Amino acid sequence: MYVIIVGAGKVGSNLARELIVKGNEVTLIESSRPRYLAMEEEYEHAVQYGDATELWVLERAGIQRADLVIAVTGDDEDNMLVCQVAKEKYLCERIIARVNNPRNYDHFKLLGIQPAVSATDLILRLIEHEVPRYGLVHLLALEEERLEIIELEVSNDAPVVGENVASIALPEGSLIISVLRNGSGFVPKADTVIEAGDEILLVLDPGLEEAITAFFAPSGTRAEV
Amino acid sequence: MFVLIVGAGRVGSAVAKSALAAGHEVSVLDEDQLSHERLDAGQRDSWEEADGQFTLGTALETDALIQAGIERADVFIASTDGDNTNLIIAQIAQRRFGVANVLVRVMDPARAVWYGEQGLHTISPTKHAIEMFESALAADAG
Repeated sequence: MYVIIVGAGKVGSNLARELIVKGNEVTLIESSRPRYLAMEEEYEHAVQYGDATELWVLERAGIQRADLVIAVTGDDEDNMLVCQVAKEKYLCERIIARVNNPRNYDHFKLLGIQPAVSATDLILRLIEHEVPRYGLVHLLALEEERLEIIELEVSNDAPVVGENVASIALPEGSLIISVLRNGSGFVPKADTVIEAGDEILLVLDPGLEEAITAFFAPSGTRAEV
Repeated sequence: MFVLIVGAGRVGSAVAKSALAAGHEVSVLDEDQLSHERLDAGQRDSWEEADGQFTLGTALETDALIQAGIERADVFIASTDGDNTNLIIAQIAQRRFGVANVLVRVMDPARAVWYGEQGLHTISPTKHAIEMFESALAADAG
């Protein structure tokens, strides 16, 4: 796979190293001259000097044949612009953008730039996952596919306690994929009985969160962080 | 007409002043307080006394855009000193807030052309400078 990475900071340069080790062809683009020179010692011809928001710089890097473009500069406007141009002008099928300020996430979405990854959001989700309380945790959102995977802890007053999986009438578009109990996980069968304290993983269509919460944690609020 | 100008450097502030003099309602958003002084410079009345509006804030902040009046803007002018910022906020004005007339300053002629083809009204000072140099050169050579 040919990957162009824009921004050779800590994120970009480490990503490049990992992708090269995995056998991919990678070009890193860096707009700061001192940073470029420092990177050139390790990456040699795989790093190019230039402002990747300029079209000729992307073309010089061979964007027409790129399978994946990743924009991970420290500037959200630059990341949005690089990804928009890659996707809409050069018809690159796969893009990944870094969101520096989570408040800009809506802008990425508005411009159709997905997936957009925010380190702040990822850490927040980890905190929610590591500090389990009643409530719902988003584990993975597949925006393009319109699916998400969530985790819920079953509360004592939940209507599903003592019910077997087959008898729980979940809304259309949702499915239990795993049950975590006493530290280990298993894929439930039709006769698996749900217990209070179980952590349930579900895959569902976006927008069903509230309906699902009513089954498993009716009095639960979202984990506060 | 209600005109919202984001980025009041030399270009933005001059356009703001002339739009106000032409009788339009003008609101300016800039992250630098100095831009406010630039609007006052050389004027008899201060910017606010002349009924101009000024909001301090950055262009990507939705709250700042709303405070500056983007929801009722007829014209949106993106004239910060960053091409990328201008191109992003222009699209936000167009797609999210449905502003009818969006003008964008883009220094890089190549991107000005491509985004122009995508439906943005781009204005490239660099492109104009190149054309003027070229025609001056041609006139001298002729």
